[in-house]
Amino acid sequence: MSEKVYARNVEALKNGTVIDHIPAGLGLRILDLFELTSYGERVTVGLNLSSGHMGNKDLIKVENLVLTEGQANELALLAPKCTVSVIENFEVVRKQKLAIPAEVTDLFACPNSNCVSHVEPVQSHFSVRVTEHDTKMKCKYCEKVFSKDIVVAVR
Amino acid sequence: MPNPLYRKHILSIPDFSRAEMELVVETAARLKANPRADLLQGRLIATCFFEPSTRTRLSFETAVQRLGGTVIGFSDAASTSTKKGETLADTVRIISSYTDAIVMRHPKEGAARVASEFSAVPIINGGDGANQHPSQTLLDLFTLRETQGRLDNLTVAFVGDLKYGRTVHSLAQALSLFGAKFYFVGPEALAMPDYLCEELDERGISYTIASTIEEVIPHIDILYMTRVQRERFDEAEYQKIQGQFVLRADMLRNARPNMKILHPLPRVDEIATDVDATPHAYYFEQAKNGVYARQALLSLVLNETV
Repeated sequence: MSEKVYARNVEALKNGTVIDHIPAGLGLRILDLFELTSYGERVTVGLNLSSGHMGNKDLIKVENLVLTEGQANELALLAPKCTVSVIENFEVVRKQKLAIPAEVTDLFACPNSNCVSHVEPVQSHFSVRVTEHDTKMKCKYCEKVFSKDIVVAVR
Repeated sequence: MPNPLYRKHILSIPDFSRAEMELVVETAARLKANPRADLLQGRLIATCFFEPSTRTRLSFETAVQRLGGTVIGFSDAASTSTKKGETLADTVRIISSYTDAIVMRHPKEGAARVASEFSAVPIINGGDGANQHPSQTLLDLFTLRETQGRLDNLTVAFVGDLKYGRTVHSLAQALSLFGAKFYFVGPEALAMPDYLCEELDERGISYTIASTIEEVIPHIDILYMTRVQRERFDEAEYQKIQGQFVLRADMLRNARPNMKILHPLPRVDEIATDVDATPHAYYFEQAKNGVYARQALLSLVLNETV
């Protein structure tokens, strides 16, 4: 897809949010994790779109919805380099900042199959710590520490 | 002011401050020297063992009864409604309405923390899968203080299964608040997990990886032995490594006079029986100390002051 067509797609959204520069393959996962189809608003998804510097990318547009700061931060765990633009009256009015959150609740399942959180009526909960080489996530329940990439890959 | 553990859940060693660990150790020492039969008078404690354990359950039950309390409970989930599919959350909600505290062991990691979210009374974790077993660590700390007269700046060698051994992990975490120095001795396949080494690095704790028990013996205050489980290896591999991590009495010649050997037990063959008669063997006394450490925990959780 050319840049021109892509620009027209963005412009076509009157009010809402465009999540762009999602690494190819993660678009549907983001759609699912953040339950973006559950609001009853129109959602447009582009998969494997060509992107100058990324090769392929995914893109999501949701009408009449703005991600909360918490959601934007959670998105940073999955796709730290994606961009989140808030659209009002066909214009990009601001870019939402993505900052790795200190904690994340009820979004990812614990990769430890013997963790009690899989079988009891509790929400998963991780504390997040950014180290020099990696981002680590510690499950509140089983207390195991995982590399972020392992946690976000669990389905 | 109530003691800092009053009505608290006892779930995990990283939840403890240094001062709280010292409080448990001091209290255990006082109860060992001066037994008290009144501290749990009129209190009913549940011991809920969703998987079998002999030492932990019996020492908790002994602790309760020695302090004047009474016990209800079960020693195997097969006879409970867990078998019918009841969640732990519901089981705990009910039992906590009957009792003043719940001591529990469960095969799932994180079970004690889940229980604490549904219980009206303090939960004391007696082991949750491969995760935590805080009363073991507290009895280990009590034993270190009893034998060395201090908790600060001890040199401790951990031998055996350093990868899966939850007692090793928790004790290393606890001692890292007291400026310890560690030696890790074990098969490469059972080395200390990276996340734990990183935690020690962050706290500026020095540790050395050694390949034989003999080379560390002259330098240490405590030799903490653990069992290398046969089922973690194929038979040929097991035979190869097994002999390397077995302690015999003749290996103790260069030990410091006050060096003590601990083991969370049960031992199989990693400590030869000729070690038992040496002045360094302290693992049976350590197991006995489990009752005092658990008395201390129960007393502090259920009394504003002890």
